Order: sequence, then structure tokens, then C-alpha cells
Amino acid sequence: MIIEGKTGPWEIVIGLEVHAQVVSRAKLFSGASTAFGAEPNAQVSFVDAAFPGMLPVINRACVEQAVKTGLGLNATINEVSIFDRKNYFYPDLPAGYQISQYKQPIVGEGHLDIDLANGETKRVGIERLHLEQDAGKSIHDQHPQKTYIDLNRAGVALMEIVSKPEMRSPEEAGAYMRKMRALVRYLGTCDGNMEEGSLRCDANVSVRRPGEGLGTRCELKNINSIRFVMQAIEYEARRQVELLEEGGAIRQETRLFDSAKGVTRPMRSKEHAHDYRYFPDPDLLPLVLDRKWIEEVRANLPELPDAKKARFVSDYKLTPYDAGVLVAEKENAEFFEVVARGRKDPKLAANWVIVELFGALNRLGRDIASSPVSATQLAGLLDLIENDTISGRIAKDVFGFMVETGKDAAAIVEERGLRQVTDTGAIEGAIDNVIAENAAKVAEYRGGKQALFGWFVGQVMKSTGGKANPAAVNELLRKKLAG
Amino acid sequence: MSALTDLTIAEARAGLAAKRFSARELAAAHVEAMERAKDLNAYITPTPDKAMEMAARSDARIAAGQAGALEGIPLAIKDLFCTEGTRTTAASRILDGFVPPYESTVTSQLWRAGAVMLGKTNLDEFAMGSSNMTSAFGGAKNPWKRRGDARDLVPGGSSGGSAAAVAARIAMGATATDTGGSIRQPAAFCGVVGIKPTYGRCSRWGIVAFASSLDQAGPIARDVRDTAIMLGAMAGHDPKDSTSVPRAVPDYEAALGRGVKGLRFGIPREYRLDGMPAEIARLWEQGIAWLREAGAEPVEISLPHTKYALPTYYIVAPAEASSNLARYDGVRFGTRVAGGSIEELYENTRGAGFGAEVRRRILIGTYVLSAGYYDAYYLKAQKVRALIARDFDEAYAKCDVVLTPTAPSAAFAMGEKMDDPVSMYLNDVFTVTVNLAGLPGISLPAGLSSDGLPLGLQLIGRAFDEETLFAASHVLERAAGFSARPGA
Amino acid sequence: MSLDKATVARVATLARIKVPDADLERMAGELQGIMSWIEQLSEVDTKDVAPMSSVVGHVLSQRPDAVTDGGRADAVTSCAPERVQIGDGAFFVVPKVIE
Repeated sequence: MIIEGKTGPWEIVIGLEVHAQVVSRAKLFSGASTAFGAEPNAQVSFVDAAFPGMLPVINRACVEQAVKTGLGLNATINEVSIFDRKNYFYPDLPAGYQISQYKQPIVGEGHLDIDLANGETKRVGIERLHLEQDAGKSIHDQHPQKTYIDLNRAGVALMEIVSKPEMRSPEEAGAYMRKMRALVRYLGTCDGNMEEGSLRCDANVSVRRPGEGLGTRCELKNINSIRFVMQAIEYEARRQVELLEEGGAIRQETRLFDSAKGVTRPMRSKEHAHDYRYFPDPDLLPLVLDRKWIEEVRANLPELPDAKKARFVSDYKLTPYDAGVLVAEKENAEFFEVVARGRKDPKLAANWVIVELFGALNRLGRDIASSPVSATQLAGLLDLIENDTISGRIAKDVFGFMVETGKDAAAIVEERGLRQVTDTGAIEGAIDNVIAENAAKVAEYRGGKQALFGWFVGQVMKSTGGKANPAAVNELLRKKLAG
Repeated sequence: MSALTDLTIAEARAGLAAKRFSARELAAAHVEAMERAKDLNAYITPTPDKAMEMAARSDARIAAGQAGALEGIPLAIKDLFCTEGTRTTAASRILDGFVPPYESTVTSQLWRAGAVMLGKTNLDEFAMGSSNMTSAFGGAKNPWKRRGDARDLVPGGSSGGSAAAVAARIAMGATATDTGGSIRQPAAFCGVVGIKPTYGRCSRWGIVAFASSLDQAGPIARDVRDTAIMLGAMAGHDPKDSTSVPRAVPDYEAALGRGVKGLRFGIPREYRLDGMPAEIARLWEQGIAWLREAGAEPVEISLPHTKYALPTYYIVAPAEASSNLARYDGVRFGTRVAGGSIEELYENTRGAGFGAEVRRRILIGTYVLSAGYYDAYYLKAQKVRALIARDFDEAYAKCDVVLTPTAPSAAFAMGEKMDDPVSMYLNDVFTVTVNLAGLPGISLPAGLSSDGLPLGLQLIGRAFDEETLFAASHVLERAAGFSARPGA
Repeated sequence: MSLDKATVARVATLARIKVPDADLERMAGELQGIMSWIEQLSEVDTKDVAPMSSVVGHVLSQRPDAVTDGGRADAVTSCAPERVQIGDGAFFVVPKVIE
């Protein structure tokens, strides 16, 4: 994306740092639970609270989740990695340091292919992924002069995923986040919930004249939805362009996104930069991974979004766009496949899932897991269309009743007598009646007003209670009107 | 009754088994002796009631034929080990009021073996020191005095209280920790035996951390056999400590009688310091002669990076400590000094709660890790450390143990060496190499100085070869026949 | 690398230890003395020497993913100089932090 400034064009350079909370039962270095929603400090071990003499012991599941995510990002898995202490003082950081990884992370370079609106894909480089501890929560609004600290979240495993600064528009950043979210959900390594904070995004944004080197960047924090990622980047890029065009300079700083006002503003913390004094954590040893084990993990990875999308296009003959919509969420893709299995026309299944089912779910504010119509039930409805028991038009009504009542399509069709009328004799009879009762219109039509055909179709359908087979109606009506 | 406090652990074990006396009698004798020797300030927190309760339980187990390896043995615990329900201070004001809700792994093992807790002993604050003088509770006194001189002497540090208690017969044995010499140097100053095992041999879980890659727990007792008995109960793998090594604990006591025939012992030329007191050099020669007489073979070795060990230690240890002590902030335990903001709370609490030596080391540690200095100091020190470890590796191709003096002097007077931090640091010149290389080292009393103070000899072993240390030190112990006792 | 008063003040802030202005000079002198003594390390040739990364020569052991700890809000907060109990849980309390 190019911003046309007063003095010429500007290019935006974006890098994203994602923090993904790892799905695991216990924390990264302690045996306390990671479950959400407990009473304050009820999920805290003495290790998490940094009591005297406490020591960290690493959770193998968190290591595996990081490796799976690295493999999903087509990245190098580093067989030897080191944990370092990042030292700073903050009340939600009990030890006064965070155990993280600095120079030798568990995962190295990789890439993520993102899907753009125009149907193209772009490859965004990944710099690295490392494991680190999450901090606790500071609660500032319970007391006028005091801050309350809850350490339940302290010590939960995070994967920090750093992209290369290769995105060039808010749209690309949005696409990256969507794909990253889908990837970790497919892998089961993170639940990807940005609103709850299990997937967080910081954006590094700078601008430059096309062809020049990197400009000074600002880091944007406090962004908790994909929409806000794009908004914040858009605002920040324009802010920087305006400032530079006025002859100002960008100050390298951290800025918070104010979603209510749609602006970024500098953080109020002290101006002196943090000196984290990284050094290898002497309570831990180098993490060494077995190459054979890494390959086993690779072999056991689930089918990932890109592979699934390609398979939907080749096996089900879907358009890349439709395939892309279906694979965005693994549960949706799985639902679709149950509906599409063995079907002559999988595109019918795709249309119904994308348009009708998703439409209904949106209206009801439900997700696929709590869909009132199951995949098998939807498959049943499509069977009735494919064997001509009902028309596509009637099927929509039936679907509406399925959503309301939860009953199967066949049961509803029987109960309400919605079987399609395919008997040509009956259809002809209905057509004859309509023609007989509307002589004037027939004359108009025969006189050249072709557009009236649709009206006639409507009348025939009405007189059959909508149950006449539309194809048959069309064919027979055309013949009879032609005279 | 005073005879009971003269017994060694091995003798008491036999006496209890033979029902010559009960665990309660043993404990009571020590509690009484502790009271009489209060002036030594060896204990920060005596626990006489707990001692009697535990002794009663030991008597019941002995009667039921279920005696553990240390059943009924009254021990002192350095106040760096977290003991559940008994206040633990690390000799610092910043932990005022802290009563641990958990027990360290090492002390848990001792209680499981049936030992009895007499109390928590004095130490340099956060184990930082070589004299016990930096304790917020005042220095401990060495029960030894110079002949004809009434001045109080330091017991050494940081485990000064533990060494003093054992020497003064107000504990039968004591736990201690060693980061740069804090078991061996006080053992030498107090005329008792102390061993720092191989790094990873004992669990660090529940021990207030000073320098994580150097700290090790170990026993102080009156003779080699007793330290072997104690180490057997203290050592072992702990899955809660990632640096703890999963290796079986051998029968250390059984190793005592091995002898030293054919053993090669290294004499490192770099340990002959300029200005080494003549009597220490003589003691070293005497040690060489004793081992030779017993059939061992002296070998001249070189540990070329020895002179850099102290400066290396004084980068690595403070750096790790500066990070380990960041948790003492007045929020979740210990003292709090109020502040208008969180920053003030931190600065006030830590400024008031930490003593001068601890503050110095935290600042040094913070400085050497800070931006722009990491490569020149911390990284450099870790490289020199690798060279020091390599020196030992190469030496152990030519010998099986290394023999050196433990300390460059006998115990000095309280208040001496306090003006210049560096002069205090030089006390550890013979001991720090061992922590940097992660090897085991033992100190035993081998002779007396001209003014009647104990002098120690140190043996350094291969990693996890504490057995050879016990065998060789047992030989030296017999040859030295050290039977002097402190007059105090 | 001289340890002047300003440097000591900066390091003291990093370490969150209050050093009264009157003490800065003396502290700088003490620390400078220690650092000068440490300087001799620069004599050592450490080219091509890998820093010591693990004293024990072992690698990290990994534990199973099981909840074996926590569930004791009271025990974890009861040593605190200031805490507030809410239901079955409790918060640590500090002066208000401005973000």
C-alpha cells in the first residue's frame, strides 16, 4: 500500500510480534494449572510466586507445542536452545526477571503464506519463535490508591513469534493475523482468542520513500482484535507520514492503541530504556531436542490450512475463494467435509455451508460447535435436493424449520407436505389454470413483454404452494406460453 | 552429660543403638550446651522445643526398630535452608518475619533419616562473605582464640555459625552451603571437617539462592566419617531442581577405609603464593609427606588459570546474585518499607533491608550484566571459567586428587579486613577454583598455627568422586591426629 | 570504564536499591576498587573458548504436563506484608501503579 503524501509517495513497513499462550494443562516451569477463570492466586505455586529457594522445571508439553508451531511455520527447529533471564522490576513479575530465550531460541527462520483479498498469496518471513513465561495481572481499578496483583497467569507458557518486517499494508497485517490464528488453532497449540488475550499482537510500524532503507519504527501495543491491528497500523502510518512531511522526526517509542478514539499515543512510562541484562538462566540447562523426535512430531501434525485448501480445490473442485472461506476455521472445514462426503456436487455443499449455514449462525450469534443443524442433518437436506424430493427453493424453507426445531429435513418435509411436485400432469394443470385466469397478461407476453415470464413462474409456484419442480415449470410454461 | 556433646555422630549412633542413652538425653545435653554458649552467637534461631519433640519421635522409632541413618542425631541448620514453620532469615533484615511454608529438599531428607533440629545457625548475609561479619544479627564468634590473646576471632564464612557450633560442641553436625569456599574455609578456621560436594550432587530446592551455578549444600562435622554419614543422607537427585544430577548416591562411609595406595595426588604449582605464611607452606609439605607415607604418589601439576579464579568468581557470583535477589521486594514475603509509589517501595525496602556487602555485590552484578558490559565481563568470565575447568580436566589425566591448603591464613580477628572488600575476598583464593569447576572439595584440620589456631588442608576431587576424597582425607586425618579443642 | 557517581546512581536505579546521595561517592570508590581488581581478566586469551554453559554437563530434563501444584491461594499470599482476601482467593497489594 502506498500513502500519497503531500510531498510524494510513502511505503509502510510492518513487522508483527505475536504472543500466543500455549495450550497445556500446567505452566511452563511450574506444576500450577493454566485454566482460565479461577479465584485470584488460586493457580499459583511457590515457584510462580518466586519464593526463596524455588526453582524452574520445564514442561515437556510446552516444548512440543513450540516445536509443532515452528513446523507449521515451515521453520528450522533448533536442536539446542538456551533459556535466558530478562531482568526488570514490575509487580506482576514476581522474580524480578522473566525466563525467556534471547540469542538461541527453540525455533529459527520460517515463513507464513497469507491470503489476500484479491485471491493472491504472499509469503511473509518468520524471524524466530521462542518460549517464555507470561506475567501476572495488575488490577488498577479496585482501589483508588492501590494496585492488586493476581499471579494466576504468571508462568503460563507463551510462544513469541516474530515476523520479518515484510508486510506493506494494514490489509496484509490483518491477513497475517488471520492466518496465524488459523494455524495455531489447527495445530491445537493456542486457542487464538484475541479478546481474552491468549493471542496478542504488537505491531512495529515505520514508513519510508519507496526504494529507501528502513525508517524509524514505533511499537504499537494494546491491540486485541484483528480489526484493531489494521486500524492502529493505518492511523500510525499516516501519523508518521504527516510528521515527516512537516519536517519532523519519528521518535522511536512504544505507543498504545486507544481503540475508543482510534489513535495511538505514547506510553506514559519512564523515558529511560529498559536494560534487560539478559544472561543464560543458571537454574536451567541447555534444552536439547532429539532429531528423531522432531521428525515424529512432524509426521503427526494435522493437515494444515494451506494443504486442506489445496485438497478442497483439487478433490472437491471448489473455487480457491470458497475453499479459503471453509478452511479459515478447522471446525468449519470438518463440518463441510461431512456434508460434502460422497456427494456428486460438492459445490452445492460449499454453497449451503457458506451461505445458508454460516448466515444462520451469524444471525443467531452461534459458532459451529453449537450449530442447531448438524453436518449430518445438512447432508440429509442436500440429499433431498439431489434426489429431486424437494426443490432448492423449498429446501431453504426446510432449512429454516431445521434451524428452529432441530429436526431432520426428511421429517420436516413429510410433516409439512413439502414434497416437490414433479408430476408433469399436475404442473401442466396448474399452468393451464394460470394461463386461463390471466388472459390479458398472456396477451402482453405474447405481444413481446418477455419480462412477464418471471411473473408467470411466480404464479404457478404460488398455486402449487411452491412445491412444483422449478425446472419442469420453466420448460412447460415456456412451451405453453409460446402457444 | 557434657560427655554426650563430645560424641561424634558415629559414636552417638552406636550409643543410641546400644541404648546407652536416649535421643532425648542427647538433645537435652545439646540444648543446655547451646544455652551456655549463647555468647558465641552461633545460632540465629535456637529451636529447643522442636528438638525435644523430634528427639521423642526418634526414641519411639528406635524402640520400634525403625531407626533411620541419622536417627536422634542433633544437627544445626544454616539459616539459608528454608525450614517449614521455623523462621528463616538468610541473616538478612529483608526476610524479617518470613516463616517458610515449605521445607528444603536437603533438610527434608535429614528429617526423614531421623535427625533432630537444634536450630538455625548464623551466616554472612545471603551467604556473601568469608567472616560471618555481614550478618544482620551480628557476627558469630570462633570458639578458638589465639594463645594469650583475648580478642574474638571470626569463624570464617559464610557458614560461620555452622562451623562454630560444631567446633564448640553445641551441635553434632551442621548443614552449610558453599559458593566460593563457604563450607571449607570456616571448617578450616574452626578446626572441623567440611565438604562441598560436586555441583548437582545435593538439591538446591528450598535453599535461598545466592549464585545458582556455584551454590552447593554440604555437611560440617567433627571428623571425616561424620561428614560422610551426613553427606549420604543429604545427597541425591531432586526432580524439582533442574541442575540436580540423576546419579545414585554411593555408600560414602564405606569408602573411608579404602586407603590411598597407588593414588596420585597433584600439587598445583600456582597455589604456592608469594607471601604465603611459612607455617601454611609447612603444613602443605607435611600433608604431602603423610600421603606419601601411606602409599600415595605426589605429582607436580599446573592449573595455569588459578590466579584469575577470584576475579572470575567476583563477576559470575554477583551477576547471578543480582538477579536471584530481585525477588526480595517487599511484595510477597519479608519486610516492606512503605513508599508512595511502587518504585519507592522497592527502593526503600531493598535499600533498608539489604546490608552493605549485599548491596555492593548486587550493584557489581547489575553493572557487569548491563548494556555494553556483558561481553567484557560476564561473557569473558564464563570463558575463563571454562578454562579453569579445563585446567582441572587436564590435571586429572595425571592425578586422582589435588592437595592444597584450605585458606591463606588462620582465623583473623573480628573487625579485621572490613575496610577493603577485596582483602576479604582474598580469603577464598584456594577454594573458589573448585566451585567454578563444579568439583568436590573437602577441608580437614591438619595442624595448629604458631598461636594455636587450627589450619586446614584441602583435597579436591574429580566430579562425583567424593569417595576418593573421603578415603584420602581419612588417611590424612589419622596421620594428623588433630585432637586439639577450642578453649572457649 | 570508570564507576562515577552518575553510573552508580543509574545502576542503583536498575537494581531498585536506594543509595542516598551522600553515599554515592563512597560507593563509587568501593565499586571502582573492586572493578579495577577484576580488570586483570582482560589479560586472559579467550579467543575460540566457548563460555561455560552448563556446569554439570547435562541437558535439561522435561517434566510431564500434569497439574501438581497451586490451588492454595491462602498459603501463597499469607506471607505478604499486605494482601486483600476476596472469596476463596486473595490479591497481593502494592501502591497504585500508573501504566
